[in-house]
Amino acid sequence: MPSETEFEKVVDGVGEHSPLDLIERPTKPAERQVTEVASTIEVTNLDIYYGAFHAVADVNMTIPPNAATALIGSSGCGKSTFLRAINRMHELTATARAEGSIVMDGQDIYAPGVDPVEVRSKIGMVFQQPNPFPTMSVYDNVAAGLKLNNRKIKKAELDEIVEKSLRGAHLWNEVKDRLNRSGMDLSGGQQQRLCIARAIAVEPAVLLMDEPASALDPISTLAIEELISELKHRFTIVIVTHNMQQATRASDYTAFFNIEQSGQPGRMVEMDRTEKIFSNPTHQATEDYVSGRFG
Amino acid sequence: MTAATAPGSGRTGTFSQAALPDWAMQVVMGGAVALAFIGIAFTDVSPALLVIVLAAVSAATIGIWAGTVEGRRKATDRLATMTMTYAFLLAVAPLVSLAWTVVSKGNGRLDLDFINHTMRNVIGEGGGAMHAIWGTVIITGVATIIAVPVGILTAIYLHEYGGTGRLKKAITFFVDVMTGIPSIVAGLFAFALFALFFGPGVRLGVMGSIALSVLMIPIVVRSTEEMLRIVPNGLRESAFALGVPKWRVITKVVLPTALAGIVTGVMLAIARVIGETAPLLVTVGTIDSLNFNPFEGRMQSLAVFTYFEYKTPGVPPEPSFDRAWAAALTLIIIVLVLTGIAKLVQRRFGVLQAR
Repeated sequence: MPSETEFEKVVDGVGEHSPLDLIERPTKPAERQVTEVASTIEVTNLDIYYGAFHAVADVNMTIPPNAATALIGSSGCGKSTFLRAINRMHELTATARAEGSIVMDGQDIYAPGVDPVEVRSKIGMVFQQPNPFPTMSVYDNVAAGLKLNNRKIKKAELDEIVEKSLRGAHLWNEVKDRLNRSGMDLSGGQQQRLCIARAIAVEPAVLLMDEPASALDPISTLAIEELISELKHRFTIVIVTHNMQQATRASDYTAFFNIEQSGQPGRMVEMDRTEKIFSNPTHQATEDYVSGRFG
Repeated sequence: MTAATAPGSGRTGTFSQAALPDWAMQVVMGGAVALAFIGIAFTDVSPALLVIVLAAVSAATIGIWAGTVEGRRKATDRLATMTMTYAFLLAVAPLVSLAWTVVSKGNGRLDLDFINHTMRNVIGEGGGAMHAIWGTVIITGVATIIAVPVGILTAIYLHEYGGTGRLKKAITFFVDVMTGIPSIVAGLFAFALFALFFGPGVRLGVMGSIALSVLMIPIVVRSTEEMLRIVPNGLRESAFALGVPKWRVITKVVLPTALAGIVTGVMLAIARVIGETAPLLVTVGTIDSLNFNPFEGRMQSLAVFTYFEYKTPGVPPEPSFDRAWAAALTLIIIVLVLTGIAKLVQRRFGVLQAR
């Protein structure tokens, strides 16, 4: 598999007008630099249930700050459920409950008295399907997190936050002339970057991404992946993906989830640096999965 | 062209088959309609019997003709098409007839005099329905003000908060029961309710509004609930993921997204009750003068006005009948105008249709 730079060279070399010209991209390769220190997340003995069904069993992991951690594994192994549990989104399903602890900046987000609304404002989320709010303009979509929380913000300050977020999501140049148009008028890849801008506008410390590129074409996927490597400078990123090339390209750490057989709970098999998981994993199941010999 | 590539040879057989001429359906149906007019004009046969027989004969004709030329599947298709066309005409005929009758009889009296005069001190010719128009607008407006918040809030509870609880099931059941309440029962409910406080024989505009709101609430609840159901869950989730509290997610994201559909539901509810006669008769009564105050005294409404002009005409009766038809036409025009406004609102906020 070509490395990221080789991959770009191949695609860039298509012609004078490469399809990559259509998207905004970082001018230089992302360097490992931290502009804002993000949070570490410590997960201890986490079990998640849907009613009587035990969906995820006994997860222990430390998600490092200012890095991208990929969660891989076959469908139904509980990685999306686990991701949603990190910002208590699983509670929107009436029967779901979680046991164990998730500690972020010294606070257990499952402790009694913790407001899930506050947790979610610090741990943002981007979903598989791009879903801008259809009644709002591009501008209002980005400002939604701040406006809907009714924080009193001056117009000039809000303008600044919207521009910074859109630049952060590499969307500014594409939409700066149509900030008042509906977010639904954008293409699928642009909509997803708009959703990322919307998520980072509320300044979370952690960004959860549930297969953010699986509904997008390869060019838009590349744009999202490059964006992830930039966003690491400001956020801790956890990304669920079915695309193993994407995990190798975009993540620093990889956790492999597996399920023994259907009806059994999903478990985390191992977590390590991404290179190690894909070249020399500790467990046979991981080796089978990443090499395509699975099942 | 060689024999091997000639159409109809080889494994595929032929794709094209014999077909009736393009005009076959139109000619058979046109012939049936023409025969119907001729039969009704020149013979003594009962028109209803004639129409039924001609419809059956023409459908059988196209079925047998297509069956012999085109085969069984096409024949079934043509038979079904023709049957459905007749069913459509059968459904539309009363509507056209009603609209024609009301317009032709009503437009004679529907003029400026009619909409800016009341029936105060009017005997015989002249007079108008100004008091009835205002009564209808005020009574229905107050009913809408009562029913829309109650209905929308109920629907929000049922869909966003109710979960699978017993209260939700109970409310859903009673809303279904309310849908089936006869309008006169709603009127008697309002009458009995106000008789408790003001004694029997009280007549107020607001009593009629309460009776009408009882009829409107279940329609608003049902339609709003349906609209909330088609708001994609992803929108709620992404709003929650921004750290937005639930009530703000509902008021700022869910309701605006569903607004166009909710407006349609409210319009349906208004159209359902604006022509009600019986509940207004027992609660609001009838009066010849203009009364703007729904909290004091009787009011007139278009439906009740129409009813009394027709039931108790003067001598000679013609001016009363003319006023009745004009009032009915006015009611239809008010509903059409409201529907037009609702369409504009939908076009302005119509996000769900675009998806």
